[in-house]
Amino acid sequence: MNSPMTNCIATGSGPRPTTLTQKIIARAAGRHSVSPGEIVMVKVDLAMMHDSGGPRRVKPLLERLNTRVWDPDRVVVITDHYVPAYDTETQQIQTLTHKWVKEQGINAFYDQQGICHVVLPERGHLHPGMLVVGGDSHSPTGGAFGAYMFGIGATEMAGVLATGETWLQVPETLLIEWQGALTPGVSAKDMMLYVCAKLGMNGAAYQAVQYAGEAVRALSMQERMTLANMTAELGGQAGLIEPAATTAAWLKSAGADIDDFSAWHTDPGAPLMGHHRLNANDLTPQVAAPHSPANAAPVGDYGPESIDVAYIGACTGAKLADLRMAARILKGQRIASNTQLLIAPASVQDQQQAAAEGTLGALLEAEARLLSNSCGICAGYGADRLPEDAVCISSTARNFRGRMGAASSRVFLASPYTVAASAIAGHITDPRPYLPEYRD
Amino acid sequence: MTNPNDSRPPGVRLRAGRAWLLGDDIDTDLLAPGKWMKHPIEIVAAHCLEDVFPEFAKQVRPGDIVVAGERFGIGSSREQAAEALRFLGVQAVLAASYGGIFFRNALNLGLPALTFNQQADIQDGDLITIDPATGAGFNESRGITLQADPLPDFLIDMLKDGGLIPHLEQRFANQH
Repeated sequence: MNSPMTNCIATGSGPRPTTLTQKIIARAAGRHSVSPGEIVMVKVDLAMMHDSGGPRRVKPLLERLNTRVWDPDRVVVITDHYVPAYDTETQQIQTLTHKWVKEQGINAFYDQQGICHVVLPERGHLHPGMLVVGGDSHSPTGGAFGAYMFGIGATEMAGVLATGETWLQVPETLLIEWQGALTPGVSAKDMMLYVCAKLGMNGAAYQAVQYAGEAVRALSMQERMTLANMTAELGGQAGLIEPAATTAAWLKSAGADIDDFSAWHTDPGAPLMGHHRLNANDLTPQVAAPHSPANAAPVGDYGPESIDVAYIGACTGAKLADLRMAARILKGQRIASNTQLLIAPASVQDQQQAAAEGTLGALLEAEARLLSNSCGICAGYGADRLPEDAVCISSTARNFRGRMGAASSRVFLASPYTVAASAIAGHITDPRPYLPEYRD
Repeated sequence: MTNPNDSRPPGVRLRAGRAWLLGDDIDTDLLAPGKWMKHPIEIVAAHCLEDVFPEFAKQVRPGDIVVAGERFGIGSSREQAAEALRFLGVQAVLAASYGGIFFRNALNLGLPALTFNQQADIQDGDLITIDPATGAGFNESRGITLQADPLPDFLIDMLKDGGLIPHLEQRFANQH
């Protein structure tokens, strides 16, 4: 048999080292290899949509093309933006979504089960090496599982649903390597806020970002999702982490078939657009001032800015791992009288687990108010929005002017630890003194 | 004044549009504010940029051209950000850099979005032309030649068809 290896020996050179991104795109393009900068057509393994950018937007376009979804088994629909419906318009959006999913024969429909980026892997839909499109900008979250997942708008989604394919300009890879270990009270969110400040919004220039190093390998699956998720804020098309034992364990628990994914890695010597070596030991809790995630600075640089609303929410900041961080700070504490603490757990499953293990109880005893398992205030689409002049500290990803409410509101971004500690103090504060590790 | 870079035959001259200078970091939440997103595009468009340029949606005229700086359209994948501009009649967007998803959305919707770095050669309200097929343009108010980065050929073909959906309509028609 003529193996690729024989050819390599015959020509006197090994295969050219390539990135994880190149390997996934080459596979999806039906090619042996692809080079950064090339434009290629790729077959889409999975397409995910939510209720805002999904059925209500793609339905008229597919009707115009007089076609149906190319493969209902490769489509996942998750309601998370307009749930629960709160008025006539949002009820109509939900009705349309239900009807369309049925018409198209889509079985993977998760209604009011949580935020799409969290529900998708939770239900075992993501595997390493897949090429996935999502109708939402935080779609790079899927890269935590070693998939190439990127966000697209509704017209492009309609094109994918009609043809099963789309185009990509093969990106370069920006490698962000975290050595060392995070110290207690510092999390994946702090890593990403730090990188946003260092590289700037769009610092990744719509290329692929890969997160590596021992501090990344030490992260839990949901913490890895936080890294990949905020690739959107760096302006990367996708943000990947090589699959390993942590990934395998998660996939097994989510009921996914585990393929051999040893092929899905970046070769030593693969071409990189940049390589940042950072040290997790030195990282401190970060806070990003209004109105950009790139305004991040160590929490100690902030004065005691008074907080009206502390928000633990969104795909970025309200997964089970995030709720646990908040609970570690809030257990046995009460929030300040000038502050409300709002918590919107990212999925029903995460909330159930949080309830079963006592995490949710610790949050509620501290007088947190529980909101629905949806995008909620982070998207700014719903009934709950920040009022005029409100000052908010939030575990979400994006603090653009007017996004979460009134144009006069101001949002600071931080980790669940820092949001929880600030809710107790009533002002922006360092979470570490609230942790037992620092009290002794 | 005519555009010396416009090589088209007389009669199909590029149409000059008024330039709207919007600066850096115009994100999708500003272009398509969240609280209006549940509504049809005509309502979303009426509130386009209301938090930063309250006069924009009222005063923009068909054929006008948006000239922005860095990171135009960063943020959400909501394509109403590009669709609102198209609905208001914006002829093209010229920006130094884009949010990647916005860039794809604009072209998919048939709204030319070109990478452009001569912001210093344009004042707010200048009459300018731009040829999406070549990136060649002209500031008629100041007599300055403009050049945006050309788009890849396959994207120009899609733009000429009017965007992705008309492009696919043609492809599907040719298959039958």
